[in-house]
Amino acid sequence: MSVTTLSSPALAQRQPSWLVRLFDYKPFLIVMCLAPAIGLLTVFLTYPLGLGIWLAFTDTTIGRKGVYVGLENFQYLLTDPLWWNAVFYSVVYTGIATFGKFALGFWLALLLNNHFPFKSLLRAIILLPWIVPTVLSALAFWWIYDPQFSIISYLLVDVLHWRSSNIDFLGSAWPARFSLIAANIWRGIPFVAISLLAGLQTISPSLYEAAMLDGASAWQRFRYITFPMMMPILAIVMTFSIIFTFTDFQLVYAITRGGPVNSTHLLATLAFQRGIAGGELGEGAAIAVSMIPFLVFATLFSYFGLARRKWQQGESND
Amino acid sequence: MTDTVAQPAVADAKAAPDTMAWDSGLRRLMMIYLPLGCFVLILLFPFYWMAITSFKPNAELLNYKQHNPFWISSPTLAHIKHLLFDTAYPRWLWTTMWVAIGSTTLSLIASTLAAYAIERLRFRGSPYVGLGIYLAYLVPPSILFIPLATVVVQFGLFDSPLALILVYPTFLVPFCTWLLIGYFKSIPYELEECALVDGATRLQILRRITLPLAVPGLISAGIFSFTLSWNEFIYALAFIQSGANKTVPVAILTELVTGDVYQWGALMAGSLLGSLPVAVFYSLFVDYYVSSLTGAVKE
Repeated sequence: MSVTTLSSPALAQRQPSWLVRLFDYKPFLIVMCLAPAIGLLTVFLTYPLGLGIWLAFTDTTIGRKGVYVGLENFQYLLTDPLWWNAVFYSVVYTGIATFGKFALGFWLALLLNNHFPFKSLLRAIILLPWIVPTVLSALAFWWIYDPQFSIISYLLVDVLHWRSSNIDFLGSAWPARFSLIAANIWRGIPFVAISLLAGLQTISPSLYEAAMLDGASAWQRFRYITFPMMMPILAIVMTFSIIFTFTDFQLVYAITRGGPVNSTHLLATLAFQRGIAGGELGEGAAIAVSMIPFLVFATLFSYFGLARRKWQQGESND
Repeated sequence: MTDTVAQPAVADAKAAPDTMAWDSGLRRLMMIYLPLGCFVLILLFPFYWMAITSFKPNAELLNYKQHNPFWISSPTLAHIKHLLFDTAYPRWLWTTMWVAIGSTTLSLIASTLAAYAIERLRFRGSPYVGLGIYLAYLVPPSILFIPLATVVVQFGLFDSPLALILVYPTFLVPFCTWLLIGYFKSIPYELEECALVDGATRLQILRRITLPLAVPGLISAGIFSFTLSWNEFIYALAFIQSGANKTVPVAILTELVTGDVYQWGALMAGSLLGSLPVAVFYSLFVDYYVSSLTGAVKE
């Protein structure tokens, strides 16, 4: 009797301890913990990325497995005026929108860095354009840009009497391009402003005090303290902003779908039109792959161009 | 929360020397409140316009001569009623919600475990795994959607919301892992060592010590993932074909925009209703949201 009563708890204790010990075995635990994330990213990110590059060298269409055609897709793109047009507009769109977002966002961040009542409420409200689904706010912009019932035209024509006719925002190439850029800037300001505000709050006030004792003007304080101190965070935010502006899809697809006469196609919308809507998967993938060199260049430029300042000043790399 | 408490103190310290230069109240008004007011006005106007359009009767909507477009004289719920009872809108909302909840849960689990392994179970090469996951965040969906569409077809998941639940973690996991690594770093390692000395297993440590302390980080990551997957567009557009399975952003654009005459009232009502859940969700957790946004950038 006594033997059985003794051995059964001991056995019961050893039974789970084998499992527990396996889960306490570090290499096993590391593999178990990393498996879901790495698995998901491998299957749905790394593999498609490789597959996309492979597809760009084939003539695959929807429903038909393609064969390797070498650089044919890219050679075709180089002779395609629509592709060149999309490259041109993607660069213009990214350039102007990034400049606008950062100029206005930095200004807004500086304004928000002052002391005034209801500050956190205001900060919360300002992020709204960034929270709301882009397509849904793009629809609001589409309605604001309506040729007949645009509220902006109404303001300029009937209230302020600055113009005699309605503005045709989306009817011709350049107005449509700038209308889209304006919508993109509107959407991007909150993210830039709130991220830069976080950076501004880390700058020690004693630096400003020291500068003021030395008689620095407001502009000098901004130029020689705020701006250099903000460089590292500017570099990161700008890298992200450039990548996601260059590959933007939603705004253009929702407001103009690339029109009028294909003048507002970005590379992403052109890739969608050819690849998914048109069924030419190979060609669409080639357009998507053609974004990669631009992205790598933009990332290296914005990251190293801006971040270099930091180690030139000999600050520690935190 | 600590952020908001510390902030006025910092601002105060900065405002003190500032008052020397900015002595006149008028100048402060012109340099701060006026531009700030313009910013808020411009940033919020599209939402005001969206809201006011969705409650306007059609007659007022298209007649600026007799009705002031900035106000509604006889508000109506007709557009919202049309949306809820004559279209599949409730169904789209439901699908969107399940996709957002599913992908958020999946990515939270995956990224918590990954962040714990990278930050706490330090092994050779763990910084490189972390770097690899960061880099995954820099791969934009616009490059991936075409090959991903073929992968989704291969898995037999085309036109199924399950495809979205599985695909969204590609951009959620890198972000959440990044965020959670930062949070885990802020938890003192000594706490875990104490537990180890007391004979706790690694999993017990994760469950009883690390996770409860990382709750703010988990909430931030969760809110962020939820809004990002609610807002996702390009994958949902490319992988879902049938009207019933669409998510709200895609459905409004592809199902409600019909013919040459746009139903602006219904479109704006749809946009308003589609934005409300994220806006409400966001307003409940603003502090977490802002801290995760700024924390991720600072990392």
